[in-house]
Amino acid sequence: MMDAVRVPPFERFYEETRGPVLAQLRAMLGRNAAEDAFQETFLRALRAYPTLRHGRHLRAWVREIARNVAIDMIRRTRVTSAEVPDLESVDEPLPYEELRRLTADLPQKERAAVFLRYGYDLSYEEIGNALGQSPEAARQAASSGVRRLRRKEHS
Amino acid sequence: MTVPAELDRRFRDAAAAEGLLDVAYELHDSPVGTLFVAVSDRGVCELHYDADPAAEADRLARLFGTRVLRSPRPTDDARRQLDEYFAGTRRKFDLDVDLRPAREFGRSVLEQLARVPYGELTTYGTLANRAGKPRAARAVGTIMNRNPVPIVLPCHRVVGSSGSLVGYAGGLDRKRLLLELEGALQPD
Repeated sequence: MMDAVRVPPFERFYEETRGPVLAQLRAMLGRNAAEDAFQETFLRALRAYPTLRHGRHLRAWVREIARNVAIDMIRRTRVTSAEVPDLESVDEPLPYEELRRLTADLPQKERAAVFLRYGYDLSYEEIGNALGQSPEAARQAASSGVRRLRRKEHS
Repeated sequence: MTVPAELDRRFRDAAAAEGLLDVAYELHDSPVGTLFVAVSDRGVCELHYDADPAAEADRLARLFGTRVLRSPRPTDDARRQLDEYFAGTRRKFDLDVDLRPAREFGRSVLEQLARVPYGELTTYGTLANRAGKPRAARAVGTIMNRNPVPIVLPCHRVVGSSGSLVGYAGGLDRKRLLLELEGALQPD
């Protein structure tokens, strides 16, 4: 009974979460980038593992790590080319590669906000947390990014 | 979603290479069955017959820390030396052993045990004597029974004063087989 929330051996945690984490990363990053992110996610989890004080919510915990790893990778990604978007007309998150091309020429802050909003379907609160801004600033950055893309489309 | 074997292996290798594990383990086939071989940063910390890996991982997590992962690379040296021992080409293990969980008397008995040479027999009473408690033969029996690293720490070489094999945590058949391998017993 006392063991109900004991932190399990990392092996068991890893076996139970590796599949869902890989699926999450593939959805966010595409197949190839997901493999690098997979390793980084579980190495980060391993570094932090001794600080866990109980074994509750480990799936949510590692999903959050995976999401942060993916966001870091997106921010680091250098952009090489651009195309014209119609972001608000799509319901599903856009594939990573496509969004990367579309947003290539946006200023960094707007690009990050657009990416996280339309590529990852994050809320403005989550985007603000990820970028160290208020939710309102994240919303403004995303919408000004979309406006900029529209102007380019019609010019 | 199934994680590709190559990706899984890369993570397990990287975890060990970065020094992030409390214990790395692997399952290893041998003439006495599948062995569970576990290694900490200080040396071999467990060798187990017929192990239930999940139960062993739980136990190791309590004893050494929660970062217990199946990761073959750190166990390679121990497993190679075990192969050589079973092939008859190795008479002495050149391995560090991590006895952190053992208590004081248990540890000194296991240290004495490590000195019993290949192919020779000793008794529970002799070991008790060498560890400084001549009347503790029975306690020595218990310590042998719970030896965390059998084969490497050769509790199979310890027999009763009458010469009977007495017992073995891995079963008497295994004790007999190891002693025959070392030439200490003649096959029936």
